[in-house]
Amino acid sequence: MIQFRVDRSSGTPTYVQLIQQVKQALHMGLIGVGDQLPTAKDVVAATAINPNTVLKAYRELEREGLVEPRPGAGTFIRRSLAHPDAGIDAPLGVELAAWARRAADAGLGREDAEALAKAVIDRTF
Amino acid sequence: MTEHDDLALRATGLGKRYRRGWALQDCDLALPRGTVAALVGPNGAGKSTLLHLATGLLRPTTGHVEVLGRPMPRAGIDPKLAFLAQDKPLYRGFTVEGMLRAGAALNTSWDAGYAAQLVDRGHLPRAAKVATLSGGQRSRLALALALALARRPELLLLDEPLADLDPLVRREVMAELMGAVAETGMTVLLSSHVLTDLDDTCDHLVILARGRVQLAGDIDTLLAGHRVLTGPAHQAIGHIPSEVIVGIETTTRQATVLINDPALLPGPDWISQPATVDDLVLAHLRTAAEQDAGDRAVLGQSA
Repeated sequence: MIQFRVDRSSGTPTYVQLIQQVKQALHMGLIGVGDQLPTAKDVVAATAINPNTVLKAYRELEREGLVEPRPGAGTFIRRSLAHPDAGIDAPLGVELAAWARRAADAGLGREDAEALAKAVIDRTF
Repeated sequence: MTEHDDLALRATGLGKRYRRGWALQDCDLALPRGTVAALVGPNGAGKSTLLHLATGLLRPTTGHVEVLGRPMPRAGIDPKLAFLAQDKPLYRGFTVEGMLRAGAALNTSWDAGYAAQLVDRGHLPRAAKVATLSGGQRSRLALALALALARRPELLLLDEPLADLDPLVRREVMAELMGAVAETGMTVLLSSHVLTDLDDTCDHLVILARGRVQLAGDIDTLLAGHRVLTGPAHQAIGHIPSEVIVGIETTTRQATVLINDPALLPGPDWISQPATVDDLVLAHLRTAAEQDAGDRAVLGQSA
Protein backbone atom coordinates (compact mmCIF):
# COMPACT_ATOMS: atom_id res chain seq x y z
CA MET A 1 0.00 0.00 0.00
CA ILE A 2 1.38 3.42 -0.84
CA GLN A 3 1.11 6.48 1.35
CA PHE A 4 0.42 9.87 -0.21
CA ARG A 5 2.21 13.06 0.70
CA VAL A 6 0.68 16.41 -0.15
CA ASP A 7 2.99 19.37 -0.69
CA ARG A 8 0.82 22.40 -0.02
CA SER A 9 3.32 24.92 -1.32
CA SER A 10 4.19 23.22 -4.61
CA GLY A 11 1.60 25.02 -6.75
CA THR A 12 0.67 21.66 -8.32
CA PRO A 13 -3.02 20.81 -7.80
CA THR A 14 -3.45 18.20 -5.09
CA TYR A 15 -5.19 15.66 -7.35
CA VAL A 16 -2.31 15.94 -9.84
CA GLN A 17 0.16 15.28 -7.01
CA LEU A 18 -1.74 12.10 -6.10
CA ILE A 19 -1.72 10.93 -9.75
CA GLN A 20 2.02 11.62 -10.04
CA GLN A 21 2.73 9.68 -6.83
CA VAL A 22 0.77 6.63 -8.01
CA LYS A 23 2.56 6.72 -11.38
CA GLN A 24 5.94 7.13 -9.73
CA ALA A 25 5.24 4.16 -7.44
CA LEU A 26 4.23 2.16 -10.55
CA HIS A 27 7.39 3.19 -12.40
CA MET A 28 9.52 2.20 -9.45
CA GLY A 29 7.71 -1.11 -9.10
CA LEU A 30 6.68 -0.26 -5.51
CA ILE A 31 3.12 -1.25 -6.41
CA GLY A 32 1.98 -3.59 -9.15
CA VAL A 33 -1.01 -5.21 -10.84
CA GLY A 34 -3.67 -6.30 -8.33
CA ASP A 35 -2.45 -4.04 -5.52
CA GLN A 36 -5.04 -1.88 -3.84
CA LEU A 37 -4.83 1.90 -3.54
CA PRO A 38 -5.75 3.39 -0.16
CA THR A 39 -9.44 4.23 0.19
CA ALA A 40 -10.49 7.88 0.09
CA LYS A 41 -11.26 7.59 3.80
CA ASP A 42 -7.74 6.35 4.59
CA VAL A 43 -6.14 9.13 2.55
CA VAL A 44 -8.33 11.73 4.24
CA ALA A 45 -7.43 10.43 7.69
CA ALA A 46 -3.72 10.70 6.85
CA THR A 47 -3.65 14.00 4.95
CA ALA A 48 -6.83 15.96 5.87
CA ILE A 49 -7.51 16.64 2.19
CA ASN A 50 -10.93 16.59 0.56
CA PRO A 51 -12.08 13.03 -0.29
CA ASN A 52 -13.44 14.32 -3.61
CA THR A 53 -9.85 15.21 -4.55
CA VAL A 54 -8.81 11.59 -4.00
CA LEU A 55 -11.76 10.31 -6.04
CA LYS A 56 -10.93 12.78 -8.81
CA ALA A 57 -7.34 11.48 -8.96
CA TYR A 58 -8.57 7.86 -9.03
CA ARG A 59 -11.08 8.66 -11.80
CA GLU A 60 -8.27 10.15 -13.88
CA LEU A 61 -6.08 7.07 -13.29
CA GLU A 62 -9.04 4.90 -14.29
CA ARG A 63 -9.51 6.94 -17.47
CA GLU A 64 -5.87 6.24 -18.31
CA GLY A 65 -6.50 2.53 -17.78
CA LEU A 66 -4.08 2.24 -14.87
CA VAL A 67 -6.57 1.34 -12.14
CA GLU A 68 -10.02 -0.17 -11.86
CA PRO A 69 -12.64 0.37 -9.19
CA ARG A 70 -14.23 -2.79 -7.79
CA PRO A 71 -17.54 -1.88 -6.23
CA GLY A 72 -17.53 -2.45 -2.49
CA ALA A 73 -13.87 -3.50 -2.47
CA GLY A 74 -11.81 -0.48 -3.51
CA THR A 75 -9.56 0.70 -6.30
CA PHE A 76 -6.98 -1.70 -7.72
CA ILE A 77 -3.98 -1.43 -10.05
CA ARG A 78 -4.76 -2.79 -13.51
CA ARG A 79 -1.58 -2.08 -15.42
CA SER A 80 2.00 -1.62 -14.35
CA LEU A 81 4.31 1.11 -15.60
CA ALA A 82 7.44 -0.53 -14.27
CA HIS A 83 10.15 -1.16 -16.85
CA PRO A 84 11.94 -4.43 -15.99
CA ASP A 85 15.29 -2.64 -16.14
CA ALA A 86 14.17 0.37 -14.08
CA GLY A 87 14.26 -1.21 -10.62
CA ILE A 88 16.74 0.13 -8.10
CA ASP A 89 18.25 -3.39 -7.81
CA ALA A 90 18.49 -3.96 -11.58
CA PRO A 91 21.99 -3.63 -13.18
CA LEU A 92 21.34 -0.01 -14.25
CA GLY A 93 20.25 0.89 -10.74
CA VAL A 94 23.35 -0.74 -9.23
CA GLU A 95 25.60 1.14 -11.66
CA LEU A 96 23.87 4.39 -10.80
CA ALA A 97 24.31 3.70 -7.09
CA ALA A 98 28.03 3.23 -7.67
CA TRP A 99 28.12 6.51 -9.60
CA ALA A 100 26.28 8.33 -6.78
CA ARG A 101 28.82 6.90 -4.30
CA ARG A 102 31.74 8.21 -6.42
CA ALA A 103 30.02 11.63 -6.70
CA ALA A 104 29.68 11.80 -2.92
CA ASP A 105 33.31 10.71 -2.47
CA ALA A 106 34.36 13.45 -4.91
CA GLY A 107 32.72 16.00 -2.62
CA LEU A 108 29.56 16.72 -4.64
CA GLY A 109 26.51 17.65 -2.59
CA ARG A 110 23.05 16.19 -3.25
CA GLU A 111 22.04 19.21 -5.35
CA ASP A 112 25.27 19.07 -7.39
CA ALA A 113 24.72 15.39 -8.10
CA GLU A 114 21.05 15.85 -9.00
CA ALA A 115 21.84 18.80 -11.28
CA LEU A 116 24.60 16.84 -13.02
CA ALA A 117 22.43 13.74 -13.45
CA LYS A 118 19.58 15.85 -14.80
CA ALA A 119 21.87 17.69 -17.25
CA VAL A 120 23.19 14.37 -18.59
CA ILE A 121 19.68 12.92 -18.85
CA ASP A 122 18.43 16.06 -20.60
CA ARG A 123 21.24 15.77 -23.15
CA THR A 124 20.59 12.07 -23.74
CA PHE A 125 16.81 12.00 -24.12
CA MET B 1 -38.58 16.13 -6.49
CA THR B 2 -37.56 18.69 -9.08
CA GLU B 3 -35.31 18.93 -12.13
CA HIS B 4 -32.48 20.13 -9.86
CA ASP B 5 -32.24 16.97 -7.82
CA ASP B 6 -28.47 16.75 -8.35
CA LEU B 7 -27.98 20.07 -6.59
CA ALA B 8 -27.56 20.29 -2.82
CA LEU B 9 -28.20 24.02 -2.81
CA ARG B 10 -29.63 26.31 -5.43
CA ALA B 11 -30.22 30.03 -5.03
CA THR B 12 -31.99 32.06 -7.68
CA GLY B 13 -32.04 35.86 -7.65
CA LEU B 14 -31.61 35.68 -3.91
CA GLY B 15 -31.54 38.96 -2.00
CA LYS B 16 -31.98 40.19 1.56
CA ARG B 17 -32.54 43.79 2.59
CA TYR B 18 -32.29 44.92 6.17
CA ARG B 19 -33.22 48.39 7.37
CA ARG B 20 -29.58 49.50 6.87
CA GLY B 21 -29.57 48.32 3.26
CA TRP B 22 -28.99 45.24 1.09
CA ALA B 23 -26.93 42.51 2.78
CA LEU B 24 -27.17 40.24 -0.26
CA GLN B 25 -28.26 40.97 -3.82
CA ASP B 26 -28.90 39.06 -7.07
CA CYS B 27 -27.32 35.92 -5.73
CA ASP B 28 -27.38 32.95 -8.12
CA LEU B 29 -25.66 29.85 -6.86
CA ALA B 30 -25.72 26.14 -7.73
CA LEU B 31 -23.87 23.70 -5.49
CA PRO B 32 -23.70 20.12 -6.86
CA ARG B 33 -24.22 17.32 -4.34
CA GLY B 34 -21.05 16.01 -2.73
CA THR B 35 -19.03 19.20 -3.10
CA VAL B 36 -17.16 20.89 -0.28
CA ALA B 37 -17.51 24.59 -0.94
CA ALA B 38 -15.71 27.53 0.63
CA LEU B 39 -17.65 30.75 0.99
CA VAL B 40 -15.06 33.50 1.29
CA GLY B 41 -15.27 37.24 1.58
CA PRO B 42 -14.50 40.10 3.94
CA ASN B 43 -16.55 40.78 7.07
CA GLY B 44 -19.91 42.22 6.13
CA ALA B 45 -19.84 40.67 2.64
CA GLY B 46 -23.10 38.79 3.24
CA LYS B 47 -21.69 35.34 4.10
CA SER B 48 -23.75 34.83 7.25
CA THR B 49 -26.86 36.22 5.57
CA LEU B 50 -26.48 33.74 2.69
CA LEU B 51 -26.04 30.82 5.13
CA HIS B 52 -29.05 31.87 7.20
CA LEU B 53 -31.16 32.21 4.04
CA ALA B 54 -30.04 28.71 3.02
CA THR B 55 -31.33 27.27 6.30
CA GLY B 56 -34.74 28.85 5.72
CA LEU B 57 -34.59 30.47 9.16
CA LEU B 58 -34.24 33.85 7.46
CA ARG B 59 -36.77 34.78 4.77
CA PRO B 60 -35.44 36.32 1.55
CA THR B 61 -36.54 39.74 0.32
CA THR B 62 -36.17 38.59 -3.31
CA GLY B 63 -35.64 35.25 -5.05
CA HIS B 64 -35.70 31.80 -3.52
CA VAL B 65 -33.58 28.87 -2.28
CA GLU B 66 -33.92 25.16 -2.93
CA VAL B 67 -32.22 22.68 -0.61
CA LEU B 68 -31.52 19.09 -1.77
CA GLY B 69 -33.78 19.59 -4.78
CA ARG B 70 -36.86 20.64 -2.84
CA PRO B 71 -38.30 23.99 -1.84
CA MET B 72 -37.97 25.25 1.72
CA PRO B 73 -40.32 23.69 4.25
CA ARG B 74 -42.99 26.12 5.47
CA ALA B 75 -41.78 25.82 9.05
CA GLY B 76 -38.52 24.70 10.61
CA ILE B 77 -35.53 23.55 8.60
CA ASP B 78 -35.06 20.72 6.13
CA PRO B 79 -34.56 17.45 8.09
CA LYS B 80 -31.40 16.61 6.12
CA LEU B 81 -29.79 20.01 6.63
CA ALA B 82 -27.57 20.94 9.56
CA PHE B 83 -26.29 24.41 10.39
CA LEU B 84 -23.57 25.42 12.80
CA ALA B 85 -23.74 29.12 13.60
CA GLN B 86 -20.66 31.22 14.25
CA ASP B 87 -21.35 31.63 17.99
CA LYS B 88 -21.15 27.89 18.65
CA PRO B 89 -24.39 26.82 20.32
CA LEU B 90 -22.92 25.31 23.48
CA TYR B 91 -23.97 25.89 27.07
CA ARG B 92 -20.84 26.80 29.02
CA GLY B 93 -22.13 25.32 32.29
CA PHE B 94 -22.98 21.94 30.70
CA THR B 95 -20.58 19.03 30.64
CA VAL B 96 -19.80 17.25 27.35
CA GLU B 97 -22.01 14.39 28.52
CA GLY B 98 -24.75 16.91 29.41
CA MET B 99 -24.60 18.45 25.92
CA LEU B 100 -25.00 14.98 24.37
CA ARG B 101 -28.01 14.25 26.61
CA ALA B 102 -29.53 17.64 25.82
CA GLY B 103 -29.05 16.95 22.11
CA ALA B 104 -30.82 13.62 22.44
CA ALA B 105 -33.68 15.09 24.47
CA LEU B 106 -34.25 18.14 22.26
CA ASN B 107 -34.06 16.54 18.83
CA THR B 108 -36.26 13.86 17.34
CA SER B 109 -33.71 12.96 14.65
CA TRP B 110 -30.72 12.60 17.00
CA ASP B 111 -28.06 9.98 16.16
CA ALA B 112 -26.71 9.21 19.65
CA GLY B 113 -24.27 6.52 18.51
CA TYR B 114 -22.69 8.79 15.90
CA ALA B 115 -22.44 11.69 18.38
CA ALA B 116 -20.71 9.47 20.95
CA GLN B 117 -18.34 8.14 18.29
CA LEU B 118 -17.34 11.66 17.17
CA VAL B 119 -16.86 12.84 20.76
CA ASP B 120 -14.64 9.87 21.60
CA ARG B 121 -12.67 10.19 18.37
CA GLY B 122 -11.93 13.81 19.32
CA HIS B 123 -10.76 12.70 22.79
CA LEU B 124 -13.25 15.03 24.45
CA PRO B 125 -13.48 14.35 28.20
CA ARG B 126 -17.13 13.48 28.89
CA ALA B 127 -17.16 14.93 32.42
CA ALA B 128 -15.50 18.26 31.51
CA LYS B 129 -17.59 21.43 31.48
CA VAL B 130 -17.85 23.25 28.14
CA ALA B 131 -16.35 26.38 29.75
CA THR B 132 -13.12 24.49 30.51
CA LEU B 133 -12.67 23.09 26.98
CA SER B 134 -10.10 24.59 24.60
CA GLY B 135 -11.26 26.40 21.45
CA GLY B 136 -10.44 23.36 19.36
CA GLN B 137 -12.31 20.97 21.66
CA ARG B 138 -15.32 23.28 21.61
CA SER B 139 -15.25 23.33 17.79
CA ARG B 140 -15.12 19.54 17.66
CA LEU B 141 -17.98 19.21 20.12
CA ALA B 142 -20.11 21.71 18.19
CA LEU B 143 -19.31 19.89 14.93
CA ALA B 144 -20.21 16.53 16.51
CA LEU B 145 -23.55 17.96 17.69
CA ALA B 146 -24.30 19.46 14.26
CA LEU B 147 -23.51 16.16 12.50
CA ALA B 148 -25.58 14.08 14.91
CA LEU B 149 -28.43 16.57 14.88
CA ALA B 150 -29.79 15.82 11.43
CA ARG B 151 -28.90 12.12 11.76
CA ARG B 152 -25.98 12.47 9.35
CA PRO B 153 -26.98 15.52 7.30
CA GLU B 154 -26.85 15.64 3.50
CA LEU B 155 -26.08 19.36 3.56
CA LEU B 156 -23.94 20.88 6.29
CA LEU B 157 -23.64 24.66 6.59
CA LEU B 158 -20.84 26.00 8.77
CA ASP B 159 -20.42 29.68 9.60
CA GLU B 160 -16.73 30.43 10.28
CA PRO B 161 -15.92 27.02 11.79
CA LEU B 162 -12.20 27.80 11.77
CA ALA B 163 -12.17 31.28 13.28
CA ASP B 164 -10.15 31.62 16.52
CA LEU B 165 -8.40 28.26 16.04
CA ASP B 166 -4.64 27.85 15.88
CA PRO B 167 -3.25 26.22 12.70
CA LEU B 168 -2.79 22.76 14.22
CA VAL B 169 -6.31 22.58 15.64
CA ARG B 170 -7.69 24.04 12.39
CA ARG B 171 -6.13 21.12 10.55
CA GLU B 172 -7.54 18.62 13.08
CA VAL B 173 -11.05 20.02 12.80
CA MET B 174 -10.83 20.00 9.00
CA ALA B 175 -9.54 16.40 9.08
CA GLU B 176 -12.55 15.46 11.21
CA LEU B 177 -14.86 17.21 8.77
CA MET B 178 -13.23 15.61 5.71
CA GLY B 179 -13.52 12.21 7.42
CA ALA B 180 -17.25 12.78 7.79
CA VAL B 181 -17.47 13.80 4.11
CA ALA B 182 -15.63 10.60 3.09
CA GLU B 183 -18.01 8.52 5.22
CA THR B 184 -21.29 10.10 4.20
CA GLY B 185 -20.74 11.90 0.88
CA MET B 186 -22.51 14.95 2.28
CA THR B 187 -22.27 18.44 0.81
CA VAL B 188 -20.57 21.12 2.86
CA LEU B 189 -20.71 24.90 2.52
CA LEU B 190 -18.41 26.63 4.97
CA SER B 191 -17.71 30.31 5.30
CA SER B 192 -14.28 31.58 6.22
CA HIS B 193 -12.15 34.65 6.06
CA VAL B 194 -9.05 32.52 6.62
CA LEU B 195 -7.70 31.31 3.29
CA THR B 196 -5.13 28.84 4.57
CA ASP B 197 -6.07 25.16 4.37
CA LEU B 198 -9.01 25.83 2.05
CA ASP B 199 -7.08 24.73 -1.07
CA ASP B 200 -6.87 21.13 0.02
CA THR B 201 -10.20 20.82 1.72
CA CYS B 202 -12.59 22.60 -0.64
CA ASP B 203 -13.34 21.74 -4.25
CA HIS B 204 -15.71 24.65 -4.83
CA LEU B 205 -15.18 28.33 -4.27
CA VAL B 206 -17.73 31.09 -3.81
CA ILE B 207 -16.32 34.61 -3.49
CA LEU B 208 -18.72 37.07 -1.94
CA ALA B 209 -18.10 40.81 -1.66
CA ARG B 210 -20.35 43.83 -1.32
CA GLY B 211 -23.37 41.55 -1.00
CA ARG B 212 -22.81 39.97 -4.42
CA VAL B 213 -21.28 36.76 -5.74
CA GLN B 214 -18.04 37.80 -7.48
CA LEU B 215 -16.95 34.35 -8.63
CA ALA B 216 -18.24 30.81 -8.08
CA GLY B 217 -17.33 27.39 -9.42
CA ASP B 218 -15.21 24.26 -9.27
CA ILE B 219 -11.75 25.30 -8.00
CA ASP B 220 -9.72 23.24 -10.50
CA THR B 221 -11.80 24.63 -13.39
CA LEU B 222 -11.45 28.19 -12.08
CA LEU B 223 -7.67 27.79 -11.66
CA ALA B 224 -7.31 26.33 -15.16
CA GLY B 225 -9.14 29.36 -16.54
CA HIS B 226 -6.80 31.92 -14.99
CA ARG B 227 -3.09 32.79 -15.25
CA VAL B 228 -0.83 35.21 -13.43
CA LEU B 229 1.31 37.34 -15.76
CA THR B 230 4.42 39.18 -14.62
CA GLY B 231 6.12 41.74 -16.84
CA PRO B 232 7.21 45.35 -17.37
CA ALA B 233 4.76 47.84 -15.84
CA HIS B 234 4.78 50.20 -18.83
CA GLN B 235 3.48 47.42 -21.09
CA ALA B 236 0.61 46.36 -18.82
CA ILE B 237 -1.87 48.86 -20.19
CA GLY B 238 -2.32 48.38 -23.89
CA HIS B 239 -0.64 44.98 -24.22
CA ILE B 240 -3.30 43.16 -22.20
CA PRO B 241 -6.93 43.61 -23.23
CA SER B 242 -8.75 45.18 -20.28
CA GLU B 243 -11.65 42.71 -20.53
CA VAL B 244 -9.45 39.74 -19.51
CA ILE B 245 -7.86 41.54 -16.54
CA VAL B 246 -9.28 40.35 -13.22
CA GLY B 247 -6.76 42.09 -10.99
CA ILE B 248 -3.62 44.13 -11.46
CA GLU B 249 -0.84 45.23 -9.13
CA THR B 250 1.99 47.45 -10.24
CA THR B 251 5.22 48.78 -8.82
CA THR B 252 7.19 51.41 -10.78
CA ARG B 253 8.81 48.70 -12.91
CA GLN B 254 6.82 45.50 -12.66
CA ALA B 255 3.18 44.57 -13.11
CA THR B 256 1.51 41.40 -11.80
CA VAL B 257 -1.75 40.77 -13.60
CA LEU B 258 -4.38 38.08 -13.00
CA ILE B 259 -6.13 37.30 -16.29
CA ASN B 260 -9.02 34.98 -17.19
CA ASP B 261 -7.66 34.03 -20.61
CA PRO B 262 -5.17 31.18 -19.99
CA ALA B 263 -3.75 31.28 -23.55
CA LEU B 264 -2.78 34.96 -23.58
CA LEU B 265 0.90 35.96 -23.47
CA PRO B 266 1.34 39.65 -24.29
CA GLY B 267 4.99 39.51 -25.35
CA PRO B 268 8.46 38.03 -24.87
CA ASP B 269 9.08 40.08 -21.71
CA TRP B 270 6.19 38.43 -19.89
CA ILE B 271 6.10 35.31 -17.71
CA SER B 272 2.85 33.37 -17.36
CA GLN B 273 2.32 31.26 -14.22
CA PRO B 274 -0.54 29.18 -12.84
CA ALA B 275 -2.95 31.05 -10.56
CA THR B 276 -3.59 29.97 -6.97
CA VAL B 277 -6.79 30.17 -4.93
CA ASP B 278 -5.18 33.05 -3.02
CA ASP B 279 -4.60 34.93 -6.29
CA LEU B 280 -8.26 34.56 -7.30
CA VAL B 281 -9.67 35.56 -3.93
CA LEU B 282 -7.34 38.50 -3.34
CA ALA B 283 -7.83 39.93 -6.83
CA HIS B 284 -11.62 39.78 -6.57
CA LEU B 285 -11.72 41.21 -3.07
CA ARG B 286 -9.31 44.00 -3.99
CA THR B 287 -11.38 44.92 -7.05
CA ALA B 288 -14.56 44.92 -4.94
CA ALA B 289 -12.87 47.12 -2.32
CA GLU B 290 -11.79 49.57 -5.05
CA GLN B 291 -15.35 49.73 -6.38
CA ASP B 292 -16.49 50.40 -2.82
CA ALA B 293 -13.98 53.26 -2.48
CA GLY B 294 -15.07 54.52 -5.92
CA ASP B 295 -18.72 54.56 -4.85
CA ARG B 296 -17.83 56.51 -1.72
CA ALA B 297 -15.82 59.03 -3.76
CA VAL B 298 -18.78 59.55 -6.11
CA LEU B 299 -21.08 60.00 -3.13
CA GLY B 300 -18.60 62.49 -1.66
CA GLN B 301 -18.55 64.55 -4.88
CA SER B 302 -22.30 64.68 -5.20
CA ALA B 303 -22.76 65.71 -1.55
